Amino acid sequence: MGTIWFCAVAFMIAMYVLLDGFDLGAGAIHLWVAKTEEERRQVLASIAPVWDGNEVWLVAAGGTIYFAFPALYASGFSGFYLPLMIVLWLLILRGASIEFRNHIKSAVWDPLWDFLFCASSLLLAVFFGAALGNVVRGVPLDASGYFFEPLWTNFRLGEETGILDWYTILVSVLALLALAMHGALWVQLKTSGAVNSRAGKLAGLAWWGVIVLTMLVTAVTFKIQPQVKENFTTWPVGFVFPLLAVSGIAGVAFELRRRNERRAFLASSAYLTGMLTSVVFGVYPMVLPAREAAYSLTVRTAKAGDYGLKIGLAWWILGMILAAGYSTYAYRSFAGKVAIDKGSRG
Amino acid sequence: MGQALDVHRIHFAFTITFHYIFPQLTMGLALLLVYLKTKALRTGDEHYDRAARFWGRIFGINFAVGVITGIPMEFQFGTNWAAFSKAAGGVIGQTLAMEGVFSFFLESSFLGLFLFGEKKLGRIGHWLAAFLVFLGSWLSGYFIVATDAWMQHPTGYRLGVGGAFELASFWDLLLNKWAVWQYAHTMLGAVQTGCFVMAAVGAFYLLTKRDENYGRTFVKAGVLVGAIAALLQLFPTGDMQGELVADQQPVTLAAMEGLFESRAGAPLVILGQPDVEKGRLDNPLEVPEILSFLTYRQWRADVKGLSEFPQTEWPDQIPLLYYSYHLMVGLGTIFIAVMVVAALLLWRGKLYDSRWMLWMLMLCVPLPYIANTAGWMTAELGRQPWLIYGLMRTAQGISPRVSAGNAWFSLIGFMGLYTVLGILWIFLLYREIELGPAPDVHPRGEEAAVLATE
Repeated sequence: MGTIWFCAVAFMIAMYVLLDGFDLGAGAIHLWVAKTEEERRQVLASIAPVWDGNEVWLVAAGGTIYFAFPALYASGFSGFYLPLMIVLWLLILRGASIEFRNHIKSAVWDPLWDFLFCASSLLLAVFFGAALGNVVRGVPLDASGYFFEPLWTNFRLGEETGILDWYTILVSVLALLALAMHGALWVQLKTSGAVNSRAGKLAGLAWWGVIVLTMLVTAVTFKIQPQVKENFTTWPVGFVFPLLAVSGIAGVAFELRRRNERRAFLASSAYLTGMLTSVVFGVYPMVLPAREAAYSLTVRTAKAGDYGLKIGLAWWILGMILAAGYSTYAYRSFAGKVAIDKGSRG
Repeated sequence: MGQALDVHRIHFAFTITFHYIFPQLTMGLALLLVYLKTKALRTGDEHYDRAARFWGRIFGINFAVGVITGIPMEFQFGTNWAAFSKAAGGVIGQTLAMEGVFSFFLESSFLGLFLFGEKKLGRIGHWLAAFLVFLGSWLSGYFIVATDAWMQHPTGYRLGVGGAFELASFWDLLLNKWAVWQYAHTMLGAVQTGCFVMAAVGAFYLLTKRDENYGRTFVKAGVLVGAIAALLQLFPTGDMQGELVADQQPVTLAAMEGLFESRAGAPLVILGQPDVEKGRLDNPLEVPEILSFLTYRQWRADVKGLSEFPQTEWPDQIPLLYYSYHLMVGLGTIFIAVMVVAALLLWRGKLYDSRWMLWMLMLCVPLPYIANTAGWMTAELGRQPWLIYGLMRTAQGISPRVSAGNAWFSLIGFMGLYTVLGILWIFLLYREIELGPAPDVHPRGEEAAVLATE
């Protein structure tokens, strides 16, 4: 039962990264791909109807962790207190900048929100990367089942780790580049004209960074988290996940060259999915690895009571089918490239 | 430890109080939007569609602030109340996760369609989008109230291995009778906020002699729905809520009423200041025997005072609890008077010319916010000193590793951010109201139409 919920949570987090990933990425790059007011509105219009729904995956994943793995929720969220609070503030700023911008047209209003939108999106990508890095590296859990990490200590992987050290910063940069690429491919898919071609170029540039860092981070990760190597040697079938990532990233380059915008975006989604599932597969059965292996939280030690988990499965599956239905419908309703009505008083 | 506990409590109180400013209007307006869209559908009159579009813009701003201040709530159980979450997550994680899975997806998908897809959806489709936004937001309310109700009156749980609570009966958790009545009472409060806001905007237009046809529509909708909600707020929902408190949390009832000593034929206190040290109420203005009657339906019934319970069981903020409760009840009574008189004037066809009543409706707008906040304070302060009533003390629930210093850091951050957010919210709402519902006044064009895709 624990393993099923482990997969369910991994699925929700993957959905979050794929969906909110593109609007985060779009935010992080929009100052560079969209220069004029009309271009900025094109980028915003490409995410306006869906960003909120995308962010729901984060909230729903949080709720599901709370319900399925209460000990993980309690220990992880209180241990990552400071970065989580900063993430919450960034989410607030970002939501405000998307929603408030279009209510007023003024030479001081628009640039302010454009800047905040870009900065908060950028920093969120960095923080999410750091979070992932922390989970892979392991946190200073002790016998009480709790820990508390400062934002940084000495940037080394010693006894007293901070949220940011050289490894997690490396993962952060990778996350930022990967989401920038993902977002650029989304913007390319949804827009036309100058924005479209700039986004395509930017995605191509980011691609090189992603390739280099993916190799680097992968190599380092095998050293830092021994469980990863163990899992891949015990169950070689797990190599399908990194394979998906590799074919995804290759697909991005291939489709960019062939100018198939839709496929390029899908390939980037495959890359992100492959990377995430590889990590998840690599740390299983741990849900939160500890620096000292004995204190790690695992699927078995962190899960809630079996009765609740069984009941939960019934409504969760129903809920996911419904959610998939609404989102598909919403995305189809806004399918195609955005068109800013030039005749309007925009 | 005492210091960290206080900061964590203020942290939660501050963020939840600020957050709840927004959902109460969202939930109330969602119902009124369905009303306006239904009118539009039945009459085929573009007037109601424009009215709905205007309120849709206000709804959108309000909803956005509700969402961004709501995300911290979902995370704060873990960040600041880790010990509580570890113990109770197996039970209330159910309702919180269900809120995400069932209401947030529904709400967010269809709000996007409601705001940006009117052209594409057609008349019936757009009505349906409004209805589904309403359904999503009201479902969300239920899951949250059910979560709180479990903390007020735990049902359907058992103690698992390792001291954490486990779910024992899904339906006992979901259909907790406390949840059902608290939900009805909470939602009526939200409807009243929506009604007062809509009526106030309408009154503002009528008093300033602009957009008067819209003003009449808004005042009428607000007053009609508001009068019904105000009455139902008192009876049966408020009455049942009181009965549950008297039955399950008698010490809370005594503290709410400022009743220090047990009394047969206990009076209803209208005004007075509780002095907890001396154990008495100063300057009481009372109506004799009413409290006994309201609680037990007998004029001479005996109501237990605080002195019957050990002090360790008393809520720790008795004066604040007492004032919250009295504010809520007092304001609720005023709402009934205002709304019923306005409804009578409407029925006699005099409301739109009755300047004093329009003034009254316009000036009342902050009051339902105060009443709703006071109502929640009554519930949550009344639950003290328990975090889960009878099972876990508030002091046992905080995150063991998060120091007072770290909690202050985030509390100060939220205070700053929310101040800015609050100012922007009022500024943007004022601007939408100033621009008004007439077509072609919005500088960004009709955003809904503009963003339509190919």
